[in-house]
Amino acid sequence: MLTLLDAKDISKRFGGVQALDNVSFTINHGEIYGLIGPNGAGKTSLFNVLTGIYTSDGGSFIFDGEPLDRLKPNEVAERGIARTFQNIRLFQNLSALENVMIGRHVRTKATVVGALLRDKATLAEEAAIEKRAYELLEYVGVAKRANDLSKHLAYGDQRRLEIARALATEPKLLALDEPAAGMNATETQALKRLLEGIRRDGTTILLIEHDMKLVMSVCDRVLVLDYGKKIAEGSAADVQNDPKVIAAYLGGEITLKAAGA
Amino acid sequence: MSVRGRTGSIPPRVWAGVALVALALALLPFAAGMIGQAWVRILNFAMIYIMLALGLNIVVGFAGLLDLGYIAFYAVGAYMYALLASPHFGIHLPFWVILPLGAGLACIFGVLLGAPTLKLRGDYLAIVTLGFGEIIRIFLNNLNAPVNITNGPQGVNLIDPFRFGGFSFARSETILGISFSGPQKYYYILLLLTIAVIVVNIRLQNSRLGRAWEAIREDEVAARAMGINTRNVKLLAFAMGASFGGIAGGIFSATQEFVSPESFGLFESIIVLSMVVLGGMGNIPGVILGAVMLTLLPEFLRATMEPLQNALFGRVLLDAETVRLLVFGIALVAIMLYRPAGLWPSAVRKRELEVPEAAEAAD
Repeated sequence: MLTLLDAKDISKRFGGVQALDNVSFTINHGEIYGLIGPNGAGKTSLFNVLTGIYTSDGGSFIFDGEPLDRLKPNEVAERGIARTFQNIRLFQNLSALENVMIGRHVRTKATVVGALLRDKATLAEEAAIEKRAYELLEYVGVAKRANDLSKHLAYGDQRRLEIARALATEPKLLALDEPAAGMNATETQALKRLLEGIRRDGTTILLIEHDMKLVMSVCDRVLVLDYGKKIAEGSAADVQNDPKVIAAYLGGEITLKAAGA
Repeated sequence: MSVRGRTGSIPPRVWAGVALVALALALLPFAAGMIGQAWVRILNFAMIYIMLALGLNIVVGFAGLLDLGYIAFYAVGAYMYALLASPHFGIHLPFWVILPLGAGLACIFGVLLGAPTLKLRGDYLAIVTLGFGEIIRIFLNNLNAPVNITNGPQGVNLIDPFRFGGFSFARSETILGISFSGPQKYYYILLLLTIAVIVVNIRLQNSRLGRAWEAIREDEVAARAMGINTRNVKLLAFAMGASFGGIAGGIFSATQEFVSPESFGLFESIIVLSMVVLGGMGNIPGVILGAVMLTLLPEFLRATMEPLQNALFGRVLLDAETVRLLVFGIALVAIMLYRPAGLWPSAVRKRELEVPEAAEAAD
C-alpha cells in the first residue's frame, strides 16, 4: 500500500512542556488511522502541527510525496488535508448550507472580477458550489436542516456538518478530532457507518478518539501517544493488548493475575 | 433575497414598483428644490454618505474588521481630485478620469493601511486603524513644506466642478424647458453612482468572496483551516471598501469646490461607523437607511429647532449644532438598548444578538 503521510521525529515544546517528543508514524492510502492516548498526550497538538496551526520544533512530514514544511493552515488545506475541531468550530451564524459552501472555497476560483461581472463561468461555478454543498449535506445526513443556522443544529448534526464542510475541500486526508465526543451509542454507530463510507469512497481518515469501541471497530491501524511520546503503533488488536498502552490508560503496571482469576 | 418567480422572470408587479421608485427619485430634487436649494445639497450629501457607509460596511459588516479610520480613504479621494482639478498645480483633468484614479489610489491606501493590521483583532485593530486615520489627516495638514503638496491647513480651493465639454455641473441651466440648478445636476450623477455602488455591494455579498469575508468574521481559525487565504481576503475587504470612499471623496471635492484636512477627522470616521451600526451592520438596505437617517435627521432638526425655540422662548437656548450632537448621542444609546442589531438588521446580525432562550425554544 502506498504511504500517504510519513511523519518523522515530530517535536514541539511549549515552554516547560514537551508536547510532542520525536513522534514518527506513517499513514497509508485508504485506511482509517486512529490516534489515541490519555488526555494531555499530545493528540490535538499533533493535529495542530500537521495542519500548520503550530510550527514544529523539529521533524518533518512528507504528504503524498511532497514535504509539508512551514505551511500555513490554508496552504495545508490546499494540499489536501482537512480537519475538524475538538470543540466544533462551525460558522455559527451562517446556515448549514453556507458552511459547506465555504468549504468549497479552496477548490473554486471566482475572483472579485467574477463577483462583479457575474459572467457565465462565475454563475456556473456558484450553481455547482451550491449543488455540491447539498450533496454533501445529504451524504452526512443533515440535508433537512440545510437552511437552519448551524448554531441551532442538534449537537450530533453539528459534528456531522463539520465533517461535511471538511469533505467539501476534497481532502486526501480527513483529520477528525474526537468526532464521537458526546454522542450516544446510536449516534456513534451512525458515525461509524459514515466513516466507513468515507473510506470506501477513497478518502483516508486520521481519527483522534476516546471511544475505544469505535476505535477498535473502525480503525485499521492505531498510534498511541503518552506524554508526547509514541508508545505503540500497529493494528487495533495489537495495540489493545500492549501492556505499555494498558499501563498508560490505567496508570502504572497491572498484574494479569486478578484476584480470584 | 430573490423576487424571481418560478419561471425565473421578474413579475410585472415588481417592475411597476421599480418604475414608481425610479419616478419618485427622479422628481425628488425638484420637490426638495421648492423648499430650498440647500435641501438638494442635503440629498446629495445623503448619497455621498450612503456610498461611504456601504464601503465601510464591507470592512466592518461583511468581514467583521473594526475600522475606526475609514475616513482616510475619503480624504485620499477628495485630495486626489483637488490636486488634479484645480489651480493648485495647474492640472485640470476631467472628472471621469480622476474618479477612477481616485478609487484606484484609495484601493492602494486600503492595502497599505490594512497590511499591518492583519494579525490584529478587536480593540487592537480598532486603535491601529484609528491611528492611521489620524496619520492621514496630519499628513494632509503638514505636507505644505518644504514642498507644497496639499497646501496644509488652508486647504485647496477653486476646485473644478464636474465638466463635460461646455456643460458644467456647477451652473444653473435650462434644458428642454426645465430649469436645473447646479446641485440638481449633481443629484442625478450622484444617483447613478450610488445605484452602481449598491449593485456592486450586492454582487460582492452574494459571491465566493462575500462568503469568505463572512467566514472570517465568524471564525477566522476555521476559515483558514478550510483553505481561505485570510491575508488576501482581508486586504481585499480593505481595498474594496476604500475604493468607495475614494469615489465619494472625489465627488465631495467637486461639489464643495474646496477641501481642507478639517473635514477628515476622527469624528467623521465615527459618524460613518455609526451609520453602519445603527442601520444594521452587514445588511445593505439597513446601512442605506442608517446613512439617510443620520444625514437627514440632524438637518431636519436644525431647520426646526431654532425657529421652534424662538417661538417658545423668544430666543435660541441650544443652537443647532448642540441639539444635533445631543440627539445623536441619545439616538445611539437608545438604539443600543432597544435594537442593538440596528434599525433594519440583517438576518444574520439578528441571530447573533438574539436572546439565548429564544434559540433554545426554537429547537
